[in-house]
This record gives sequence, structure tokens and C-alpha cells, in this order.
Amino acid sequence: MKTNPLLQTIKYTVLALFTFVFGYPIFLMIVSSFKENAEIFTNPLSLPTSFNLDNYIEVWEVVNFSNYIVNSIIVSASAVFIVLFVSSLAGYYLSRYKFKWNPYLLAFFMIGLMLPMKLAVIPLYMTMLKLGLVDTLFALIFIYVAGGIPFAVFLFYGFFRTVPRALEDSARLDGCNDFQVYYRIVLPIMKPAISIVGIVNLINVWNDFFYPLIFIRTDSLSTIPLGMLTLFGEYDTQWNLLFAGLTLSSLPMIIAFLFASRQFMDSLTEGAVK
Amino acid sequence: MAKNKRKNRYKKHLVHLFILPAALIYGVFQLYPLISAALNSFYSFNGFERVDFIGFQNFITLFTEKPYKDFFLNAFSHNWIYFFVTVITQLIISLILALIIHSKIKGKEFFKSMFFLPKLLSVIVIGFLFSLILNPTRGALNTLLEAIGLEAFTRPWLGDMSTALLSVIFVDSWASIGFSMLIFLAGLQAIDKEIFEAARIDGANSFTVLFKITLPMIGPALMIMTVLTFIGSFETFEYVFAMQGSSGGPYYSTDVLTTFFYRLAFGTVDGGQAIGLGSAVAVVLFIIIGMATSLILFVFKRKDFER
Repeated sequence: MKTNPLLQTIKYTVLALFTFVFGYPIFLMIVSSFKENAEIFTNPLSLPTSFNLDNYIEVWEVVNFSNYIVNSIIVSASAVFIVLFVSSLAGYYLSRYKFKWNPYLLAFFMIGLMLPMKLAVIPLYMTMLKLGLVDTLFALIFIYVAGGIPFAVFLFYGFFRTVPRALEDSARLDGCNDFQVYYRIVLPIMKPAISIVGIVNLINVWNDFFYPLIFIRTDSLSTIPLGMLTLFGEYDTQWNLLFAGLTLSSLPMIIAFLFASRQFMDSLTEGAVK
Repeated sequence: MAKNKRKNRYKKHLVHLFILPAALIYGVFQLYPLISAALNSFYSFNGFERVDFIGFQNFITLFTEKPYKDFFLNAFSHNWIYFFVTVITQLIISLILALIIHSKIKGKEFFKSMFFLPKLLSVIVIGFLFSLILNPTRGALNTLLEAIGLEAFTRPWLGDMSTALLSVIFVDSWASIGFSMLIFLAGLQAIDKEIFEAARIDGANSFTVLFKITLPMIGPALMIMTVLTFIGSFETFEYVFAMQGSSGGPYYSTDVLTTFFYRLAFGTVDGGQAIGLGSAVAVVLFIIIGMATSLILFVFKRKDFER
């Protein structure tokens, strides 16, 4: 197939233009985080004149950044782990056992896929209030787990239906009980589904801002996105700190992406297509 | 023997433990709040407490009484603008990028990763970052425009009522293009290559191939993405909140249904909570979004129910 040189030039020009459009704001954020405040004001587009980590050290000190990171890690890790665990069990149950109520259970989970949970935030708030969970990390973990379950159950359910049962049956003949079959045979062969559900949920939970905004009042319990609100509220004229804070909060995901860009992109695509 | 049988039945029941945790957590923290939110729209409230069952009164107030009626229509029209503009700024651009990356070019992985990068950042980070970039006096965009001799185009992007909503939509698209591009790419890659070969042998040129084969073949992906964009446009909250605050400033020119809901629910309208009215807004959104989602689920995922 021959290529038209003019067409190729147009293609590369468009790609270069969009590389600039997508890359420059992020580049600007990182570069500005090394500048002094006055420098950002007078020369917003230039490169920093000196390289030091002063802004980062100051951000770390003026807001509870280390707390924010720890809270984000606790919430994301627990939520993703629990979603994977309970949803894979549920998906297995729905696809392997033919109980008469299974179609209703599927419909039950489907409601959650159809409706935006954000709008149920007031009853959710009252439920948390009754359980004494407002202003605790448990509130966030439960919400993210509940929010992740419908998608995860459907993905696991679809996945199990494509996996032959022969392996499980032979394990059962060898004397494994249901839980052993699940743990020893089923879990290992569903790594692709686990990575899709894990990554989709990790990105959602790590970056979410809405639920901490509603449920967390104590600054030391903030996650990183909510911490940004505090930073922007209190230091809105010190752009050097703002850029450093933004860079710092984006760094974990960007680093993870550098190591596993393929998995990230494939998981999100497959998660949406399935 | 009988004892063994009972033990077996006992074990059989244990299997229900598989479904229990998921059903319980989801039921308590998602399904129950959703149903309860819908029911709340039929009650009057005193703070967080339900007072009286008042039928459709909240909806009537929302649709017919000032100032709620005007707020509702204003926000509702912004959601529609959000949708139509996003179709152009996000869907069409990402489709073009996907077509280019799918064609014969070098550095596919690099471009894919670059375009996808914003998706990894928190919406609040993106919103704040762009509120700095779009700042009228110190922001990078206006500085850049001045530097290349386009002073005439500088403006307070987020502070001007005529550009505020469009700016928010552009930022949203900036963050979302990479993801929709990947979905289109997946659609393109699924097309059988032999079809293209056959078309070429028949003497079809690139444009004929594009309009007669490629686009019709990714029709389902295009349809899914359009519906997802529609849902996203009615669910949108964080970008508006991060860049324009919960009142969708300036002068409500970026107000959408979710920010209106937020103000009703958390008490920044009339100085008090209006949970009944807020829930009525939520129900309107449930209906709009629920219909759009069922379209996807029942057109594309029906096979899940057909055993």
C-alpha cells in the first residue's frame, strides 16, 4: 500500500499539534512547580532559572500532605481489594450456580450500573450518620466498594461464562470444597478480569473528589484530591505552592502509568467495551 | 448416611456466602440510598427529617415557581449545550485521532500514551490546573496569545459569561479525548482487514473506504460513545465545581443540574436545605440518565441475559 506524502505530512502535523495540546499543560504544571512565585507571575512560560525542591518542601509543611497520601493509599487499597474479592465471588456464584433467583440478582446489580450514585448522596449521608461513619475513612471505603460492585460483578460474571468448567469439576472430584475450587483454580485463571476491575477502580477511587468533599470534615482525614481544595482555599495567591501541590498529587498515577501504560490503556478500554 | 446428607446440605447452603457480601454492601450503600433519594422527592423536609408526604408538589414547585423554575431551565439548557459541544470537541476529534493512529504511521504507542495521559489526573487537579492556566492576568494561555501577537483574543476565559461554559467543556474534553480515542481504536482494530483488501482490489479510494466501510463498521462504538457522552454531560459536576464553584459562576452561566442539586441539598439556596426539591432534581436526572443507560444495556448487552 503506497502512502501519499502530503497526507502523511498532514497526519504528523495533527498528531504533533495534539501532542502539544495534551502535553503542554502537564509540562507547564511540572515546570512551574520549580519556580518562585514572582517568577511565575512575570514569566509564566519560561523555564525555571534554578532547580530546587523548596516549593515541594513548603507544600509538604503547610498542608498535611503526608496524611493525604496515607489516607489516599489506605482508601484506594482497601476499596480495590474488597471490590475484587466480593465481586469475583458474586460473579462466580451468578455464573456457576443456576439458582432460580439469579436473573433477579443480575437485575438487582444492574440498577446500580444505570443510575448515578452521586445523586443519592443525601440518603447515603444519613445512613452514614446513623452508622456513625461520617468523617471516617470507612465511609469512603464502603461507598467506593458499593459503587464499584455492579460493574465488577458484571465483568466477572461475563468472564466466568467464557471459562470452561472442566478444570473446576476435576478439582471437585479430587476433593476440593467450593471455596478451595474458587481460591486454587478459579482465581489464578482470571487475572485479566482482575486487572481490568482493579485498574478501573483504582483510577476512580484515587482521583475521586466528590465523596471526600461530602463525607470528610477533618483535614487530617482528607484524601489527596480533597487536600487540594484546602491548599487552593488557603494559598490561592502562592501559585508556586499550588503548582507543586498539583504536581505532587498527580505524580503517583503518572509514575504508575510510565511503568504499565499498556495495562492501564488496555484495561480501561476493555472495561468500557465489555 | 443420613448424617452425611445433612452435612452435605449444610455445605450446599454455604455457597450463598459467595453472593452475600457483595449484595449486602451494594444494597446498603448504593441501592437503598438510590431508592430513598427517589422517595424523598415526594416529601417535604425540615432539615434532614422527612415531614409530610406531599405527592408531586416538589416537582410542581421545581417546574413552575420562581426562582426554581428559572434555575432549573437554565441549568438544564447548559447540560444540553454541554452534550452538543462535547460531541464536537471530544467525539469528533477523538475519532479523527483514532483514524490517524490506526493508519500507517510511526510512534503509535507514544501518541496513544500522550493523548491518554490527562485521564490519569484527578478531575479536581485538572480543574484547578486550568483555572490557573486560564487566569486572565497571570495565566499561561493569555500570556501565550500575547507572545504570538494574538492580543485580540485574550479574555477572562472563565470570568466572561460568553466563554465560561465553553471553557469548562473544552477542559473536560481535553481530559476525555484520550479515552474515547482508545475506544474508537479498539473498534477500528476489530474490523476484518480482508474487507479493506477487497475494497482496494475493487478500486475504492481512501475516502470511499472511510465513508463506506470504516465509519459504518465502527457504528456501534460511535453509538456507545455518543450515549456515554450524553450521560457524562448530565452527570458532570466536578469540572464546574472546581473551576466555577457550586453556583456555576459567573452569574450561573455554567450552572448545571448537578450543581443546582448540590446547592439545594447542601443549603446554599435560600440559606436552608431544600432536600425535597433537590431530590426532585435527582429524580429528573435519574430518568434522563436511566433511559440513556438502558439504551446501551439493552441494545448491546442483551446477550448477558440470554442464557
